[in-house]
Amino acid sequence: MKYTTSIIAAGAVLCSTQAAFAQTEIEFWHAFTGRLGELVAEQVETFNSSQDEYTVVASHKGNYSETLNAGIAAFRAGEQPDILMVFEVGTATMMAAEGAIKPIFEVMEEAGAEFDQSKYIGSVKGYYTAADGNMLSLPFNSSTPVLWVNRDKLEEAGIDPDTDLSTWEQVGEVLDQLKEAGVECPMTTAWQSWIHLENFSAYHDVPFATQDNGFGGTDTELVFNSPAQVAHISAMGEWAQDGKFIYAGRRNEGGANFRAGECALFTESSAGYAGIEAEAEFDFDVRPLPYWSAVASEPQNTIIGGASLWVMEGQTDEEYKGVAEFLNFLSSPEIQAKWHQDTGYLPITTEAGELTRSQGFYDENPGTDIAVIQMTAKEPTSNSKGLRLGSFDQIRGIIDEELEAVWSGDKDAQAALDSAVERGNALLRRFEQSSR
Amino acid sequence: MEKRVTFKGIWLPILLVAPQIAITAVFFFYPAGQAIWQSLFIPDPFGFSMQWVGLGNFEFLFSDPFYRASFVTTAVFSILVTVVSMGIALYLAVLADRLIKGSGTYRTLLIWPYAVAPAVAGVLWLFMFNTRVGVVSWYLGQLGYDWNHVLNEGEAMGLVVVASAWGRISYNFLFFLAGLQAIPKSVIEAAAIDGARFWTRFRTIVFPLLSPTTFFLLVVNIIYAFFETFGVIHTITSGGPQQATTILVYKVYSDGFVGQDLGSSAAQSVVLLVLVSILTVVQFKYIERRVHY
Repeated sequence: MKYTTSIIAAGAVLCSTQAAFAQTEIEFWHAFTGRLGELVAEQVETFNSSQDEYTVVASHKGNYSETLNAGIAAFRAGEQPDILMVFEVGTATMMAAEGAIKPIFEVMEEAGAEFDQSKYIGSVKGYYTAADGNMLSLPFNSSTPVLWVNRDKLEEAGIDPDTDLSTWEQVGEVLDQLKEAGVECPMTTAWQSWIHLENFSAYHDVPFATQDNGFGGTDTELVFNSPAQVAHISAMGEWAQDGKFIYAGRRNEGGANFRAGECALFTESSAGYAGIEAEAEFDFDVRPLPYWSAVASEPQNTIIGGASLWVMEGQTDEEYKGVAEFLNFLSSPEIQAKWHQDTGYLPITTEAGELTRSQGFYDENPGTDIAVIQMTAKEPTSNSKGLRLGSFDQIRGIIDEELEAVWSGDKDAQAALDSAVERGNALLRRFEQSSR
Repeated sequence: MEKRVTFKGIWLPILLVAPQIAITAVFFFYPAGQAIWQSLFIPDPFGFSMQWVGLGNFEFLFSDPFYRASFVTTAVFSILVTVVSMGIALYLAVLADRLIKGSGTYRTLLIWPYAVAPAVAGVLWLFMFNTRVGVVSWYLGQLGYDWNHVLNEGEAMGLVVVASAWGRISYNFLFFLAGLQAIPKSVIEAAAIDGARFWTRFRTIVFPLLSPTTFFLLVVNIIYAFFETFGVIHTITSGGPQQATTILVYKVYSDGFVGQDLGSSAAQSVVLLVLVSILTVVQFKYIERRVHY
């Protein structure tokens, strides 16, 4: 009896490996850990069990920079995956690598898969679209910065938690009151360059770089040292000196302080939702990112951050068919709506947004649609489509350094931004040379 | 009189050193040659094309004030790490050397930190000094000192130095202790009988006799500070605030693997190669003269 079971079991194992053998394997390298990693694994699992022709094998390759490096190194060794997740700042690098990537619209076309590019939300896909209007990669996780508010903290300081915070002028007044009430951390931020310079520029419809922020060509130059940005960084610098803005680090270190209930206001990606929802033991609120009413009468749209999926060159047709199917699966309204609701990332298609609304998610979780509205309320201008700059990960590093000099009081905003522009431009020239 | 052993033929000695030479060629000369070659180009990250720029990468580097500043940062950092880790190790070794009871336990405990990988050590120290939740920064706050290595350059440098030196103390301690125990007791006793106090004995007898060990550790520690502290810096400061803790090796990494600028990264490796060669020659030529074997 014992033996029969083991024989059956062995047989089953053999059969299952055989079945697996017949399937085409699709390699997918991503940068997610923790809760996001689990959610990606879940998506892949759902896809794998929904059909039996293809198996997607997802592997975690480190953080965003490390994943991109792993992809590049693998390509040079001829071992590249089918799908590589690349963060938005790596977009220009990928676009310049013509022989290494296979544009997604081409993959779809050759696989004969259905692919309606108009389904995708303009301001999301715009970041990853070529000059001819065709999508080069599939937006996967896209978020946009919003203002997170600790309502309890405002109330403790004697401020109406529903007070209007749509302009930085109003935020400034609230910061004064918070400081007076003895709040130790009135405001903090994550991703300072992304929120306070890149998004700031788009939101106020001022250019971040020439050539339509780099969409027009690699001969682009940074111009974020214009009066609008200088005024904002200058104000932030003053707040930092007065202890109203607490700088916690270059990435999302400030998130820990906000979630622990120490900070009243927090500028962070809409995707901070999953973490804040899980950890915050206070009443919180999502507001649109503030704007300066002195600079613009009303805000333009914000731009995205996050990553997209690039299909790598050099795979078999069979694999590309599987890739097409998988990417279409990821774009389907059900999968997208679930992803959007679980993570706080934006839905990439209009349908997914509508599905979420009809499921009543926005009514149950007020504020979760703010990011979507902020992104889509206005037609993007050439200043607010996104950024396409080479060596941008490094340029962000430079911006971080210069901003730190402002927060610590070593430099004034004008000097810091001038220096960041000059140093960044040197890198852009090198990138231009390398992609010639 | 030095003893010399001479081989009769030429083939046996060649055969004996061949494995070593082969390994050096494959793992050192070949990559070093590649780096020198690559430093003359601006390649694209995926390896499709290379633009010949001659010495352009070097010009670009040395025209960057931050790169020039990085030399000073590296020097300050290496000297501090070496002095701190060797100084403390020597002190502890002298104490351990005088210990009669429990020296085994003491030694074992002191050697422990050596087993901690630099990146992990970085995380440990970062956590203790975290500006909001760190234990040490909390106590400092209680004492009225506002610790913020995220913005304060001096504090950032201090923290990476301490974190890098910490793991190294164990290693240095081991060598110093072995060196101390190798000093003949009779010499020290003779000095003691002549009326030399501890400090005089240490200065005139122990330290000079310890100099081969000290010299060896000096070379090894400087090389450690130059190349192996990457993990600590990466986890604690990522080279910031501004570029206060960007040492040369860290810049090679961030330009090459974050910025995908392989040409500049290769040029920097070449600069480092030259620098370390010079440093080693200087050490052997000038400092070694004063070492008594």
